[in-house]
Amino acid sequence: MSMISLLGALEIGLIFALVALGVLISFRILNFPDLTADGSFPLGGAVAAVMIVAGQDPWLATFCGMLAGALAGLLTAWLHVRLGILQLLASILVMIGLYSINLRVMGAPNVPLIGEPTVFSPIVGDNFEAQAWLQPLVLVGVLLVVKLLLDVYFVSQSGLAMRATGANARMARAQGIATDRMVLAGMALSNALIALAGALYVQTQGGADISMGIGTIVVGLAAVIIGETILPARAIYLVTLAAALGALLYRLLIALALNADFIGLQAQDLNLITAVLVGFALVLPMIKRKLMPKKRSANPAAAASNKKEAAK
Amino acid sequence: MMRATGLTKTFNPGTPIETRALRGLDLEIPQGQFVTVIGSNGAGKSTFLNAISGDLIVDEGRLEIAGRDVTRQNAWQRAGLVARVFQDPMAGTCEGLTIEENLALAMSRGQRRGFRAAANASERDFFRSKLATLKLGLENRLADRMGLLSGGQRQAVSLLMASLQPSQILLLDEHTAALDPRTAAFVLELTDSIVKEQQLTTLMVTHSMRQALDHGERTIMLHQGRVVLDVSGDERAHMDVPDLLAMFERVRGEAISDDALLLD
Repeated sequence: MSMISLLGALEIGLIFALVALGVLISFRILNFPDLTADGSFPLGGAVAAVMIVAGQDPWLATFCGMLAGALAGLLTAWLHVRLGILQLLASILVMIGLYSINLRVMGAPNVPLIGEPTVFSPIVGDNFEAQAWLQPLVLVGVLLVVKLLLDVYFVSQSGLAMRATGANARMARAQGIATDRMVLAGMALSNALIALAGALYVQTQGGADISMGIGTIVVGLAAVIIGETILPARAIYLVTLAAALGALLYRLLIALALNADFIGLQAQDLNLITAVLVGFALVLPMIKRKLMPKKRSANPAAAASNKKEAAK
Repeated sequence: MMRATGLTKTFNPGTPIETRALRGLDLEIPQGQFVTVIGSNGAGKSTFLNAISGDLIVDEGRLEIAGRDVTRQNAWQRAGLVARVFQDPMAGTCEGLTIEENLALAMSRGQRRGFRAAANASERDFFRSKLATLKLGLENRLADRMGLLSGGQRQAVSLLMASLQPSQILLLDEHTAALDPRTAAFVLELTDSIVKEQQLTTLMVTHSMRQALDHGERTIMLHQGRVVLDVSGDERAHMDVPDLLAMFERVRGEAISDDALLLD
């Protein structure tokens, strides 16, 4: 594999690390199965691309893309919390609706950004040779800031309330936590991060395209699951690290699989590779258990209550 | 102080499985009183507790806690007034969070939650000193996940959590029912000492008539969604389980079978 394709995989991996963090918040922290990502990722990209073409500052455009994503997440959460629509269904409705909205925003199936300024332009400048490693460097910075902010938030009073909402909503309410508001805020945050990824993605790929969102949620979930498998942890700063590493590893494995000529895989096999990789990551913990027998009972409380249930 | 007037709650109204769980329940508990609640299955005990906590909103009637009308408030709005320990040790705590995080959550019960760290060094010391009073060695396990604790340990921590912030009423929903007898006795003892120390207004539901008479200073019995028996003072002090059963039979004018009420 060439250095260029390795850096390319790293670049996309860093962007999808943001998606993974968003998916981590919805699926793992809030326990809210959310497919909005397939719509909010291109929404962030579309808003950013259109604003950049209109001559706005790239960072402002990126921020507005993020805001649009937050609104999408808010809508999904609102459909569930206020109107009682099933979580998965609510997110599918928003995702489908966003397809049309994205087309409206872009005004065409794609918006090219060739020659337009991006958030990377001030750093890359005219040094096109260094672009391949300067762009990932900027993304590392963005990812680090986002990760650290999340780490600080999730050990704060409010962040702890959000985690309790996902873990045990009844207990959370008994502690005075407005769980509905927490779900609304958390889903907005989750999709804001996914839209941020979309906004950065269009600026690295030279434009927005209506089909760029397809499979975002699968990649995000894959990253989260791979991360949990390679780094099983409870502490929140390790959980966010695991999700980010999962995204990087996932893109790297994809690049390796596509570049290894002897396997004979080509670009059209991407989704199959994804399915196989995620399937493998899902069964890996089971394989690990079988190879390494347990040293001690992991959860005596659960074991005891199970016994009680059985006695009844 | 808590005052319930004419509370009614009907589940599945207008259907064949309609259940009138509360049928005009009246009860007034003065400040600092420890009341035990008994009643057979389906008497409305859980519904009553859920109505006080706000997990359920009653159909009719009025509920006042500390002079405030909370009838229409939901659970999280009332949380500053109501502390609660659930029957299921899993229900009252977050097993995926650490002991420290669970205590930190309870520390902010009913208060605004901002962006400052959930627990600082002085709060950690406070948690340690509180946990030490349980004599379970938990003061050295702040970073352990709640899920690693036994059912009894979790209920003990739940009780502690319920007492970290002042409350106008403490609800104990058969909080020893899922524990073995020895652990149950320990948790009950702990309950008595916390209630006494902080002079908490307490409502404890129990399945055991023995427990109902041995703890607290007043016992009420619910039947068909109403308070049918209310004993306290000298009358209660001289009572034993058979007396309580006899009274109940007299009040209801019907004999109750042994399996309707669990005796020790």
